Amino acid sequence: MVKVAVLKFPGTNCDEDVHHVLKNVFFVDSQIVWYKNFSLNGWDAIIIPGGFSYGDWLRAGAIAARTSAIEELINARDIGVPVLGICNGFQILVEAGLLPGALLPNESGRFVCRWVRTYVERPRGPWLSLTTEGYEIHMPVAHGEGRYYIDEENYQNILLKSPLIRYAKGDNPNGSVYDIAGVASEDGLILGLMPHPERSSEDLLPPRGFRPGGRIIFESLVYSLKRGW
Amino acid sequence: MTFIHRVEIIITNKKGVKDPEGETIHKHLILRKGYNVVHNVRTGKYLLLTVSASSEEEAVNIVKEMCEKLRIYNPVVHDIEVRIRG
Repeated sequence: MVKVAVLKFPGTNCDEDVHHVLKNVFFVDSQIVWYKNFSLNGWDAIIIPGGFSYGDWLRAGAIAARTSAIEELINARDIGVPVLGICNGFQILVEAGLLPGALLPNESGRFVCRWVRTYVERPRGPWLSLTTEGYEIHMPVAHGEGRYYIDEENYQNILLKSPLIRYAKGDNPNGSVYDIAGVASEDGLILGLMPHPERSSEDLLPPRGFRPGGRIIFESLVYSLKRGW
Repeated sequence: MTFIHRVEIIITNKKGVKDPEGETIHKHLILRKGYNVVHNVRTGKYLLLTVSASSEEEAVNIVKEMCEKLRIYNPVVHDIEVRIRG
């Protein structure tokens, strides 16, 4: 049976939502793991959910990124365990250097909470295995510090060779460069994104005009852990 | 004759006003990573201004007066330092 760890830090608040979706929507065995008790052994995948770890102090994700739990992930990046960072989880992965770039306070200076249309480029790896080039994913965002930044050179040399999730034209909620909503390692094993797939995996949740797009990410994981990617 | 001066404003909580952000950075990052020589961390807000004035002293005085008049800091809880950027 597939087992997924949902990593919890002080201030994480989307852990129960991710756990609920894994357990009740996709029937995946998952466990919320307190960061101090986390060790890499025995997990088929690791999800770092959203929230406000350590109160977003210093910078969002900066303190969690220096905990032993994340350092273990950094040291084990080559062992092939899929890692997904959602929202604050994405901020943690970026602060830890597991994904390139940085996340800055929104251009508007405000917390933004709404549904957006995104699409996938160069899908690879376990989190996007059931998608195709240009596949549209509808999800909500809810963040104050989601403005992705990367310089031109690294954008050309790293991001354009890796899987990407972009906001659709006109749907960039935070001023991210190149409309970037999510980035991945070149092999797609580590994915981080600002929108919330766990809040868009059930038919009841999307407002008019949107679909529960986040499903495809969890479906891809379940499929990939059985069949490979 | 006026020159452009770079003036810094640093705003921190007064001694005695708790600074939970500084305490968190100190306890959960700095001390946990073994930097026991660091005894205290105070966070704050930093502003860098470019100011036209005839001298550095005048530039600092203009900014100091502005900070009071516009309440750039809250004197009830904040300390403020205004200085020329070296």
